[in-house]
Amino acid sequence: MAGTLAEKVWESHVVRRTENEPDLLYIDLHLVHEVTSPQAFDGLRTAGRQVRRPDLTLATEDHNVPTLDIDKPIADLVSRTQIDTLRRNCAEFGIRLHAMGDAEQGIVHVIGPQLGITQPGMTIVCGDSHTSTHGAFGALAFGIGTSEVEHVLATQTLTGVRPKTMAVNIDGELPAGVSAKDMILALITQIGTGGGQGYVIEYRGPAIESLSMEGRMTVCNMSIEAGARAGMIAPDETTFQFLEGRPNAPTGAAWDEAVAYWRTLQSEGDASFDAEVHLDASTLSPFVTWGTNPGQGAPLSATVPDPNDFADPGDRISAQKALAYMDLEPGTPLRDVAVDTVFVGSCTNGRIEDLRIAADLLRGRRIASSVRMLVVPGSMRVKVAAEQEGLDRVFLDAGAEWRSAGCSMCLGMNPDQLSPGERSASTSNRNFEGRQGKGGRTHLVSPAVAAATAVTGHLASPAELGAPA
Amino acid sequence: MNPFSVHRGIVAPLRRTNVDTDQIIPAVYLKRVTRTGFEDGLFSAWRANEADFVLNQPQYAEASILVADNDFGTGSSREHAVWALMDYGFRVVIAPRFGDIFRNNALKAGLLVIESPIREVEKLWEHAELHPEQPVEVDLAANEIRCAGSATPFSVDPYSRWRLLEGLDDIALTERHNELVTQFEKTRPERLPSLS
Repeated sequence: MAGTLAEKVWESHVVRRTENEPDLLYIDLHLVHEVTSPQAFDGLRTAGRQVRRPDLTLATEDHNVPTLDIDKPIADLVSRTQIDTLRRNCAEFGIRLHAMGDAEQGIVHVIGPQLGITQPGMTIVCGDSHTSTHGAFGALAFGIGTSEVEHVLATQTLTGVRPKTMAVNIDGELPAGVSAKDMILALITQIGTGGGQGYVIEYRGPAIESLSMEGRMTVCNMSIEAGARAGMIAPDETTFQFLEGRPNAPTGAAWDEAVAYWRTLQSEGDASFDAEVHLDASTLSPFVTWGTNPGQGAPLSATVPDPNDFADPGDRISAQKALAYMDLEPGTPLRDVAVDTVFVGSCTNGRIEDLRIAADLLRGRRIASSVRMLVVPGSMRVKVAAEQEGLDRVFLDAGAEWRSAGCSMCLGMNPDQLSPGERSASTSNRNFEGRQGKGGRTHLVSPAVAAATAVTGHLASPAELGAPA
Repeated sequence: MNPFSVHRGIVAPLRRTNVDTDQIIPAVYLKRVTRTGFEDGLFSAWRANEADFVLNQPQYAEASILVADNDFGTGSSREHAVWALMDYGFRVVIAPRFGDIFRNNALKAGLLVIESPIREVEKLWEHAELHPEQPVEVDLAANEIRCAGSATPFSVDPYSRWRLLEGLDDIALTERHNELVTQFEKTRPERLPSLS
């Protein structure tokens, strides 16, 4: 069958196709969390509907959960009510829930891959825009709103028109100290926050193939920041090795059958994409954002841009507003920007490999006295693994805070927030105004840049640290 | 969902690009478990901090058609952004380009979103700034926006249009095909993960 990876996965899930109507698409896995589901469950109750496939539905608590004192009741009563509502809904409708305190609890996009429930060729949805993360396995995975959450709960399907396809070809080899995060930040700046709108992106090429699954997840995670609802990477040996032996991965003959099928999940040589973009990884360097959307980024070695240099009037006004909000002057070297807080975590960079990269740079060093650093593992499994490797000691010895799993300061729905005017270097995915706390200012960075920044007190590349002290 | 055919209302000109859903409604308002009452969260930071923000200007107090610049509704999938706009009184949002998930959410929840070229958007901005008191008419049945005596065509995908015009419930429509879903389920390979 000719076609792109995205088309193959879409076509194999079409339940019904009729002229002048969107396709009816079967959903293999529905991930649920506390924020975007309560109104959907209410809708089911009002209409007297059931959850069609509780066995294909998995819930966790992540957005609201505190990362300290997790054995105590949540102090914020509104957050506690939302968490309690999820627990009641899961009990009523028979849905498996990994609640706070559970060994499998964590950010919804970290636990799916970790359990081996995220597999190539599947359709995966969640009421969260970063569902695109799961595309790293060759799954077609995208975020939906609460109306669609209710639709999937009731019918295990969604209606939709097959998206257009975009190939992002990344050649060359990443230089040392440059990571998947720098790659995706550079891409978003290149194509803009609307560049992928209407497309499923397929990331291809040698620089993508040589990434670990963690790195691939970081890249696919931020597809939505380029406007694309989904990003995908064709499964290969790296994918199979990651999955083998995980709790929900197939075993025995079923594993062999699965791998044989997964190998077919490649875009055909003659497949045509609706758009193509090229990037050379060998030209990349540590990349940071200076503005208030993820497309407002630049190499760390550059200076804060002058809004007058933007040709498009909309971009110019947007840059002016962003610099005013960020309290930055054009021409300031980005390396001179001092930060108050460093956040390592989120569904973008809260996996074990991310924590290892940050810890390797912090080993034997202290963070600057002016800096508060939060390290928040993406899941309780990541936390346990990090502690087994002694990474928690490295962070604590360096002067950082070691927390429990959740979305945390990525969006500040729990107590982990920036104060007004505070500036962060954050491994998360969004630098929107107020995203990490009212009046907070966010620079998106990689885990390596986050660690180097924590040590120096200003935006810094790992190369600036030199040999460990 | 209530049917949508023609809406006549005041235009609020929002000359901003990249209005992300965190600006439309910040995360702190997302802790609620209800589906209504989100109007206080709509653009709450801009309404609080910018005296000249469009919704703080009295001439736009009754606005029900929001006209914005490129990439409106990017970012988070929160449908609360749509609910906040509707709870505040908006029935239509017009912009050159929308975030995919936001557009989907809006059309499911009954908020009409129209993609219009920037030159049409600019015309509406100018109209709203010069004659804020003169309403604009958005006619989904006729596929046209009527402003100051001239009519401009627009298009919304035919299926969403039909659903909006009829006020149809998406889930009930899909349930008509339950048999096809059951048949499809019988063909799914057993190796696929299950949580039971």
